[in-house]
Amino acid sequence: MGFKAGVITFPGSNCDRDMAVALESVTGTPALRIWHGDAELPEGLDFIALPGGFSYGDYLRSGAMAARSPILKAVVKAAERGVPVLGVCNGFQVLTESGLLPGALMRNAGQTFVCRTAELEVANTSSIYTSGFVQGQVLRIPVAHHDGNYFADEATLDRLEGEGRVAFRYKDNVNGSRRDIAGVLSANGRVLGMMPHPERAIEPAAHPSLGGEDGRALFENVVKSLVAA
Amino acid sequence: MKVRILVRLKPGVLDPQGRAVHHSLDGLGFEGVNDVRIGRMIEMDVAEGTSDETLTKMCEQLLANMVIEDYAIERLDDQREPA
Repeated sequence: MGFKAGVITFPGSNCDRDMAVALESVTGTPALRIWHGDAELPEGLDFIALPGGFSYGDYLRSGAMAARSPILKAVVKAAERGVPVLGVCNGFQVLTESGLLPGALMRNAGQTFVCRTAELEVANTSSIYTSGFVQGQVLRIPVAHHDGNYFADEATLDRLEGEGRVAFRYKDNVNGSRRDIAGVLSANGRVLGMMPHPERAIEPAAHPSLGGEDGRALFENVVKSLVAA
Repeated sequence: MKVRILVRLKPGVLDPQGRAVHHSLDGLGFEGVNDVRIGRMIEMDVAEGTSDETLTKMCEQLLANMVIEDYAIERLDDQREPA
C-alpha cells in the first residue's frame, strides 16, 4: 500500500494543489484532498499537510479562523497520536493559532509582502523532515508572505533552541523573525511549521533563479523516515 | 447588550504598523507624537446577562491571540448617561 498523505483545503487556500502535486511526485501515490468542513480525517493517514494561501481571507488574524474549523480538531487529535503534520506559510499560521506550535506570526517587520527565493540554514537534522540534511546546510526555497514575522517570548525562544526545535533559519532575515527563525518543530519533532514553500521547489526550472529541488529533499526525508520506521 | 472588546498588542511586542503610522505622522509635520500602537476594536451585540466568564472565554479562545495580544472588555450599556 502506498504512502497515504492528506492535504487540507480551506476556503482561500491557494497552494493546496501544489502541495498535492509535490507529495504525489515524491510518494508516487496521489494525496487525498480533504475539505475544511469535514469533521473527520480519512482513516490511516501517514501524513497531513496544511497548505499556504489566505484561509478565510485572513479574517481576524492569519490562520485564526482555520484553526477553529471542524477539521482542525481532527488534525490536532491526529498530531497528538503522532501523525506528522506539515504547515507551510498559512499552514504555519494555522499551526500556531491552533496551539500545535508555540509563538505567533506577525506582520513582516518591513510592512511589505515578501516574494522571493530565501536561503535557509538547516538548524536541526534529527527530525523526520530534516534527517537527510547536514547541520548548517543551506537550502534555497521560495517565500511569499505578508505575515511571516515569527514571534515568541524570550523564554519560549530559549526553550525552542535548547530543545533543538528550530528547524530552519533565514540566512538573510526576510521578515524580522525573532532569531531568524523560518521553521519550528513540535516537542516530538512530528509537527513542522515553516514560512518558506518546499512544494515550490520540487524540480529544476529553465531559469536558474526559479525552481530547484531543495524542497523535494524535505519531502524525501519524510518518506524515507516514515517508511524506515 | 452591546459589548466592546479592545484587542491590543502586549507591551514589548514590536508593532511595525504602529511604527509606520508614527513615521507618517512625523512626515505630515505633527510634532510631539511619542509612540503609536495599533489595535483592533470588536463590537458585539450579545444576549442580556452574558457573563464576564463567557466574554473572557470568547476573547481567549478566538478574539485575541494570547501569545501577542491583550484584551479589554467594555460593557457599553453599563455606562450611565450623565444626568
